[in-house]
Amino acid sequence: MTVLCLVELDGAEPADASLRALTLARTLGDTSVQTVVFTESANVPATALAGYGATDIYVIEPGALDGYAPQAWARALSGLAADTGATAVLAAGTDRGNEVLAHLGAITGLPMAANCTIVTPDGGQTHRLVRHRWAGLLLEDAVMEAPIALFTVATEAVAPVSAETPATIAVHVYKPELAEGDLRVRAVESPAGAGGASLATARVVVGGGRGVGGPDGFAPLEELAGLLGGVVGVSRVVTSEGWRPHKQQVGQTGTKITPELYLACGISGAIQHIAGCAGAKHIIAINTDPGAPILAHADYAVIGDLHQVIPALVAALRAR
Amino acid sequence: MEILVCVKRVPTVGGKIAVTPDGQEVDTRMSGFSISPHEECAVEEAVQITERAGGSVSVLTLGPEAAIEQLRDALALGAGRAVLLETDGREWGPIATAAAIAAEVRAHPYDLVLLGNEAADTGDYQVGIRLAHELGWPVATGIKNLTVSADGLVARREYRGVEEAYALPLPAVVTVKEGINLPRYPSLPGRLRAKRAAIERSAPAWSPEALRKEMLRVPASSKHQATVLGNGVDAVPELVRVLDELGIVP
Repeated sequence: MTVLCLVELDGAEPADASLRALTLARTLGDTSVQTVVFTESANVPATALAGYGATDIYVIEPGALDGYAPQAWARALSGLAADTGATAVLAAGTDRGNEVLAHLGAITGLPMAANCTIVTPDGGQTHRLVRHRWAGLLLEDAVMEAPIALFTVATEAVAPVSAETPATIAVHVYKPELAEGDLRVRAVESPAGAGGASLATARVVVGGGRGVGGPDGFAPLEELAGLLGGVVGVSRVVTSEGWRPHKQQVGQTGTKITPELYLACGISGAIQHIAGCAGAKHIIAINTDPGAPILAHADYAVIGDLHQVIPALVAALRAR
Repeated sequence: MEILVCVKRVPTVGGKIAVTPDGQEVDTRMSGFSISPHEECAVEEAVQITERAGGSVSVLTLGPEAAIEQLRDALALGAGRAVLLETDGREWGPIATAAAIAAEVRAHPYDLVLLGNEAADTGDYQVGIRLAHELGWPVATGIKNLTVSADGLVARREYRGVEEAYALPLPAVVTVKEGINLPRYPSLPGRLRAKRAAIERSAPAWSPEALRKEMLRVPASSKHQATVLGNGVDAVPELVRVLDELGIVP
């Protein structure tokens, strides 16, 4: 049985989200996990992928595609799935992963299950799966009947675990056969705004909610985030009030985060916000209300006003 | 520019979410309903485009008769025409949904179809893309900035700190995300017009899909009560100790 996994790169290394997808791919049973990497670079992260159990890497022939073109990527996966006899094709449930797999579903006419947490072959063409609804606030048990199971992985729900023994890996170059129109929509990339660690991949996120009080209240949070090597994230009320740009929103309709620490300041903890931060390894809440729902999801809490606690914390860290 | 916006009626979920005893639906006895958040922004975006460039906005929903409430919400925000693809309350999968919308699009000279990137409830992430393939139109998804150019659209989104710009010829399908704009509040004249507007209706046939829901459930609770480190600034030394213990302080 062969499973094909789309791997996204973060620089020259496999993206963390893709390692999580590979972790789930290995659970599909006695399978050969083959990976597909779209890259212009000759540096393929073979060792890292072998460490996650990949047996084969297909590098899309440089020049065949110029940058990210979702339908062309899906066409390449479709050709490789046929060539390798794959019974499942998966990707991380990222913007690109969901997009490419949806195109693959449309190209093949097969169903696609987004944001799965468990996928189990159940004989013949049947897969049983568990997937996220409501951004993970609900789970759906579902059955998929298809010659090739197409799905993405709810990355915040699957921790990356390397294989017990690294696989022996072979690298192949693959030239996709594109159809007319596949390259019609392609990304022209340029650096976005100010730099800084991206919210989705930050190790520390300092969150600010209604309790911050207004657009002028975020400087201490920025300072703390800077000290901890992290970034600032905010709740939906903060962006709908226009206090901060939407790209900083953590939650169901914003970004889902998976940091080591989420420090939630002045955030009550609506379930749509919890859907975005539940993938944090540790949560510490700073809130004036000991009954705030966020405390039921946090590991630690400080009951107090963030306008006093954060500057004191910054001072204590600076004094070390 | 003739624009069709597709919206979905979803429960307004506040403090908690629960499922019905048979595990088939979200328990909505205590909740209202609204347009799924990304799609509310799609309506606003369509209205803004026609305010600048002329044209008209139609709004469509596939759902039960009660979803007329969401069509009227969109009419109040500035849509001029509303279409209900009426269902019998059964859940439609993304393949059948895209096919039903495609039939409506083929019957009218639309330049642009806007949808949300994903519905808040089912989170399938694919109806817009399947619709585009049905129609043979180009599609961009997850869009946070949309401009109309002389020969089509430029749709932008951000990915891993990189801005991606997609040039699309028209007609096209675009799925948007919250943050592309701040939806306006409906005006009083808008509400009155919406209340009186006619709703066009048809009832496409449901068809089963090869991905079949068996049961919905609330995840086993990770809920626990946080360990309180203290009150106010007195808690800071303990907070620093915890940050050290978790290996957070560089």
